[in-house]
Amino acid sequence: MSTMSPSRRRVLLYAPLAVAGAAGLGFWAMLRGLQDGSFNPRGVPSALIGRAPPDFALPEVEGANLPAFAAGDLRGTGRPVLVNFWASWCVPCIIEHPQLMALHREGVPVLGVNYKDRPADARSFLQRHGNPFARLGADQPGRVAIEWGVYGVPESYVIGRDGLVKWRWAGPITAEMMPELRRLLA
Amino acid sequence: MTRLLLLLALLLAAPAHAQIGDTTYRLEDPALEARARAVGRELRCLVCQNQSIEDSDASLARDLRILVREQIAAGASDEETLRFVHQRYGDFVLLRPPVGIHTVLLWATPVLFLGGGLIAIVLTRRRRAATGIGDTELSAEEKARLARLEGPPPP
Amino acid sequence: MIPELGHFALILALMVALSQSILPLWGAQTRDARLMESGPPLALAQMVAVAAGFASLLWAFATNDTTVSNVVANSHSAKPMIFKLSGAWGNHEGSMVLWVLVLALCSAAVAAFGRDLPSALRARVLSVLGMISVGFLSFILATSNPFDRVWPPPLDGQGLNPLLQDIGLAMHPPLLYLGYVGYAVTFAFAVAALIEGRVDAAWGRWVRPWSLAAWSFLTLGIGLGSWWAYYELGWGGYWFWDPVENASLLPWLAGAALLHSAIVVEKREALKIWTVLLALLAFALSLLGTFLVRSGVLNSVHAFASDPARGVFILVLLGIYIAGAFALFAFRAPAMAPQGVFAPVSREGGIVLNNLLLCSICAVVLVGTLYPLFLDLLAGRMISVGPPFFNLATLPLALPLVMAMAAGPLLAWKRAALWPVLQRLWWAASLALLVFLLAMFLGGAPVMPALGFAIGMWLIAGAATDILDRAGLGRTGIGNALRRARGLPRAAWGAAIAHAGVGVTVLGMAGMGMATDKLVALTPGASTEFAGYEWRLDGVRDFQGPNYTARRATITVLRDGRVVQVMEPSKRFFPIGRTTTTETAIRTNGLRDLYAVLGEERDGPDGRREAVLRLHNNPLAPLLWIGSLIMALGGGLSLTDRRVRVAAPARRGAAQGAPA
Repeated sequence: MSTMSPSRRRVLLYAPLAVAGAAGLGFWAMLRGLQDGSFNPRGVPSALIGRAPPDFALPEVEGANLPAFAAGDLRGTGRPVLVNFWASWCVPCIIEHPQLMALHREGVPVLGVNYKDRPADARSFLQRHGNPFARLGADQPGRVAIEWGVYGVPESYVIGRDGLVKWRWAGPITAEMMPELRRLLA
Repeated sequence: MTRLLLLLALLLAAPAHAQIGDTTYRLEDPALEARARAVGRELRCLVCQNQSIEDSDASLARDLRILVREQIAAGASDEETLRFVHQRYGDFVLLRPPVGIHTVLLWATPVLFLGGGLIAIVLTRRRRAATGIGDTELSAEEKARLARLEGPPPP
Repeated sequence: MIPELGHFALILALMVALSQSILPLWGAQTRDARLMESGPPLALAQMVAVAAGFASLLWAFATNDTTVSNVVANSHSAKPMIFKLSGAWGNHEGSMVLWVLVLALCSAAVAAFGRDLPSALRARVLSVLGMISVGFLSFILATSNPFDRVWPPPLDGQGLNPLLQDIGLAMHPPLLYLGYVGYAVTFAFAVAALIEGRVDAAWGRWVRPWSLAAWSFLTLGIGLGSWWAYYELGWGGYWFWDPVENASLLPWLAGAALLHSAIVVEKREALKIWTVLLALLAFALSLLGTFLVRSGVLNSVHAFASDPARGVFILVLLGIYIAGAFALFAFRAPAMAPQGVFAPVSREGGIVLNNLLLCSICAVVLVGTLYPLFLDLLAGRMISVGPPFFNLATLPLALPLVMAMAAGPLLAWKRAALWPVLQRLWWAASLALLVFLLAMFLGGAPVMPALGFAIGMWLIAGAATDILDRAGLGRTGIGNALRRARGLPRAAWGAAIAHAGVGVTVLGMAGMGMATDKLVALTPGASTEFAGYEWRLDGVRDFQGPNYTARRATITVLRDGRVVQVMEPSKRFFPIGRTTTTETAIRTNGLRDLYAVLGEERDGPDGRREAVLRLHNNPLAPLLWIGSLIMALGGGLSLTDRRVRVAAPARRGAAQGAPA
């Protein structure tokens, strides 16, 4: 160790090139991923995946005539269900609504959580755009949403047959996502 | 990507309530409030860009601020409060990444670079010493040169 | 018509830059004096062409030409003229033109002031600068043309982000670019030295002013950006470790290291390979910042609207420049014979320690900024690396750095004795200790701020010691010493002033460590106690601005019933773009800021309207920016030193093989 041979010194001089090259490859992969959607610096996975949803019980949305639900209603349904957090003031929720209606028509149980909303606004939203929800709970203070780790509305979760969270999507469900979603909900 | 950002902007915009927060979010006891704030500075506002929940106007950040204060007021320790939020929102919410197999390189960076640099310096000096050039007293020529570069300008 | 001329000017500039990157280098390689001499006129011509392009863009913004899509997207007729103009570089395309303009100006400056340079070195430097211009001009023309037209033209533009309608932010990019692009020149010198296979004192002497200038502008740019964040974002903070802030800090740190090691090259002909590497790194990190901000791989408050196609183009450019330079480094660095031995305790040794610590901090910031991206890419895990990490990881490196900073300039070259230096600093150390104890026990400061005050004092006193020591105080009479102090080289004064500036900024940071704030809801007429003052809300009124409407609160700050200040924080609403901004009210006395932010208005418990206010008391906050001004001033003063500014005529002799 007392002296460095010339070749060892040479290796050291190549270090900047090697580091820059590796970083460049990494950035290249990131840019490729950004373009095809596989790398998304904002797509944060839910901490709930593979776990049971948290314990909660929601009141019903006043005057909506839909049964409310609690954590127990997600278990033992015999089939996967979709839990959707939404609000009438949320613009992307309007974009996503036709997809929820389609799932509802196909017989998928869609459970809605009405997030920080006024009951009257929620009711008129459902009257105007149609009601896709088999059950609907009101989360006026937004506390249940925090229990789930919700970022904002709209946000959707697929609960599997075993009662565990299989999938989460933060943002509106788009038409392109439907085939994958149908497969998850089958 | 652009569309996603647009959507996120919409998410951030609603429901437009408070700009800077509400007095009810502060705890009466200054010691507890100081603790709550220190905890809040460790938590990322998830829908913002690199801001802590203490520094954000977003609705989620406000909800989390209340949550942190409720936990602290209920007697939870700082660690318990952080764990509570961590369990629900995952690693991403922690601005101080937890030390673990995935972050060991990150946390080791200061030691690795400082240590690596020191070793490189020592090795270079040893090699230099082995080739044996010169003594470490300034020669007359070097002194004159430094005086020319550093001394007062010639009149 | 004017936009087409601008577009044409940029194409012309590309052609000229292409010639500039080939002809002088060809001349230097073939020892053809006439080809080498083509460099300066080409550089000047390129500058004229880019300036014409930039002027056309300014014209389009000034006249609100809505047939230009860049104007439509970023401007509006209702904007004040100054922000119409600054809007020209407040967007991706325009800012790239500004970037290239600054680069062309630097090229021209090397051409104009480089008469004393050996002609081969100058030719090679100009060619490398030309190559960088070629890359970025083709980037603009291929992916980010600022002169694209829209037809039919809309009636008016879509405005500019109101957050950006601010004089501080209008000046922020030009200063930053002067810094970033200044490192393009030191980069070009490093590449030229690698091509020649030699680095000598004259090279160090040429790199020094450029690294000084770049570093001073970068200091100003970062300081201004931090000031903007402080008064515009309204959170009372001044540094958020945001990735984009980090992107500007990285070249600043590497540049500070370069600044010091270039002195060793100039004076002692040591650390040559290392200095060349630093010069390459400083520019590589500048480019990395450009890539991160514009490619979309990062998400930040400051990031430009991003486009992966642009990202790929910049990445390819970066690959060519950075990988090319590092490959050249790996091949050619062994040719540079190490020279200039020194003992571990010596001025050189001090600068090695400075470089080691600065580069370690730089590495921590770099790794911390990029780690989440690479972890996501390689392991699919999402983590956040935020202020708690950066504060914790950089502090143990920054502390020894600032401690050693006061002693370094007092060490003798080649071999020094530590003990006499420490003896000369005993008064600075006692002063620092006194400040520490006073702050802790009289001021009630927590340990970290108290330590900060002590270190700030230590640095300022250390800088004073440096000057007094050089003037020979203690060895000669006071009058004589003062005369000698005035006669000291400006570079010595500059270094001491810049070091003292760091101390002033550290004082500001320590003060901000003791900042307090209070959130209250007040009805008009009510008041609250905070920071030893009575703050009374007089009322909240509507206010009409040139292109916004606002709600403005009037707060009277009183002490013992006497009016001290009237503060008017407001919230502005911009109908174009439908955005709201918070305008903080800041009243400073130079040593502390009172800072007020207006929040929401709502119905209080008694049914009257109340306004939520956030009040801050920020001790020593102004010192943060005063300190960075002093640092830049020190850098500027060094630049005016004749011996730094003027090229070493000795190089000519050296180039011909005569002893230097």
